[in-house]
Amino acid sequence: MTRLANMGDLRRGMDRWVDTMWGGIDGMTQAFPALNVWEDGDSFFAEAELPGFTMADLEVLVVGDELSIKGNRQHEGEEVKFHRRERGTGTFARTITLPAAVNPDKVEAVLKNGVLMVMLPKAEEARARKITVKSA
Amino acid sequence: MNKPANGRQNTCCSTNRGRLSGRQIERNQPMTTKTDTANTQAAVEQMANRRVYKPNVDIIELPDELQVLADMPGASADNIDIDYEQGKLVIHGVVTPRDGDRNQKAAAIVCEYGVGDFHREFQIGEGIDSEHISAEFTNGVLTLHMPKSKAQSMKKIEVRGG
Repeated sequence: MTRLANMGDLRRGMDRWVDTMWGGIDGMTQAFPALNVWEDGDSFFAEAELPGFTMADLEVLVVGDELSIKGNRQHEGEEVKFHRRERGTGTFARTITLPAAVNPDKVEAVLKNGVLMVMLPKAEEARARKITVKSA
Repeated sequence: MNKPANGRQNTCCSTNRGRLSGRQIERNQPMTTKTDTANTQAAVEQMANRRVYKPNVDIIELPDELQVLADMPGASADNIDIDYEQGKLVIHGVVTPRDGDRNQKAAAIVCEYGVGDFHREFQIGEGIDSEHISAEFTNGVLTLHMPKSKAQSMKKIEVRGG
């Protein structure tokens, strides 16, 4: 048991290290899209910058405590002459594991001006509860 | 999906933390002429603290125009300024903070990018008909149409919403 738990810790540690490596070195490709996530007692809020996408190009999927975002951005025709080309194109897929399960029926996603906001209410058992302490 | 890293990771939690080199982030320089009024001082401090990022840009040459596409997620047509003068193109987009449905007390648990204004400048070598430059902003992408010509004069460009 202890050994398994330690392996889990080690793996998480490695993941963190790898994340740091990829996210932290200038010029390297980072996971796309970059995500910001917030949490309060009832919900998680995930945000990603996806300029040039419409909701039809995106797929947001929630299973248990995993949030997946997939999408595709088409590039301009190959025959045009690029003087500068920095905007990424093609297909991406990214999955992150949230700290707790969410209620998939109540997930809402909004795309506005190229910013995707996903509201993920926590599953009933994962919500923070205020516990009343009874006096003896 | 290949996306060039542009140094926007790890900066969403606080305003002044995280390693950011000059190439990754362009912070507005405080004004050179300082005045004594408290208002101006406050404005200068606010400007100095405002984070500014370089948008990723494609520049495409078509037979009759140059097309500039800039990824500016979170900006809006009303908050983008474009100036073109003497071959110098300046794009500036102000991004207002967004909280959405998130309550103010929500704690950040993943921070991979920072939110701030967008600024980019280019020197355009080709003669541009500045009278007929047009721009539109759709789904977080600014598209600028710059028709080719010999004439170069000063012009302020309106941004259409999309």
